[in-house]
Amino acid sequence: MLQGIAFYLLAATAVVSGLLVVTARNPVHSVLWLILAFFSAAGLFVLLGAEFLAMLLVVVYVGAVAVLFLFVVMMLDVDFLKLREGYARYLPIGAVIAAVLLVEMIVVSSAVIQGGATAGLAAPGAPDADMSNIEAIGRVLYTDYIYFFQAAGIVLLIAMIGAITLTLRHKPHIKRQNITDQVNRSAAKAMEIKSVQTGQGVSPEELL
Amino acid sequence: MDIGLIHYLSVAAILFTIGVFGIFVNRKNVIIILMSIELILLAVNINFVAFSTYLNEVSGQIMAMFVLTVAAAEAAVGLAILVTFFRNRGDIAVDDASVMKG
Repeated sequence: MLQGIAFYLLAATAVVSGLLVVTARNPVHSVLWLILAFFSAAGLFVLLGAEFLAMLLVVVYVGAVAVLFLFVVMMLDVDFLKLREGYARYLPIGAVIAAVLLVEMIVVSSAVIQGGATAGLAAPGAPDADMSNIEAIGRVLYTDYIYFFQAAGIVLLIAMIGAITLTLRHKPHIKRQNITDQVNRSAAKAMEIKSVQTGQGVSPEELL
Repeated sequence: MDIGLIHYLSVAAILFTIGVFGIFVNRKNVIIILMSIELILLAVNINFVAFSTYLNEVSGQIMAMFVLTVAAAEAAVGLAILVTFFRNRGDIAVDDASVMKG
């Protein structure tokens, strides 16, 4: 009973906030609704017994990706109302295609479940009692999926390098440290010994 | 109020549909399109986790983790491209994105 209430509450929140993500006028509000949608989805994951993924979703999405979105939205000085042109024009076709897609997906998943995709299996939410969710994930992740795990790390590394190289820019007229120049500097290049006649001094031109 | 697999699949289907709908109606606003893609990937993750639970097989959650990884990388690179595009053109309208030379 309580599980049903929690499910419907979280599912309704996720769907409504998802809808508000795509319909909100202000992109900052969209990002905030996106955070709420992800939070509700994390709650659904907890209901499903995937606590580790739920925490990952909160940490990675709410903590990093959503904040990244927020930063970019606030940093760009864009007239967002102008970007909403064509909203009403694409609304009918978008709604029709979305409705067809939704009906198709629900029909397919009902058919799959009626066909017995999950028949004869133990009841959900009753995994091995002596193993927590995170332990089960760790046992599989670091054995069967170790290469995928490493590949995921490489994907993240490449994404990081790509994002940095894309956004890094050197403004002209700003003095920067040039380490190669500094290291290659030698005493012979850096200074010059002049013999100065006694009592005559050095003229400024000579110093240059 | 017995919650079964079909309930979770329906929620995922609705979220996926909302994501596709968002791409359709916000054709000019890349930021909203990126957020719609995040919603679509979230729907995929819900499917993965739901099946993983109801089939008592943990590898679905591993796949959801990889989807999460790729989605985070995609968001970072997408937003970086967006920032660069904005610096070059002073606008983020996608219609202009066909002019990629230079």
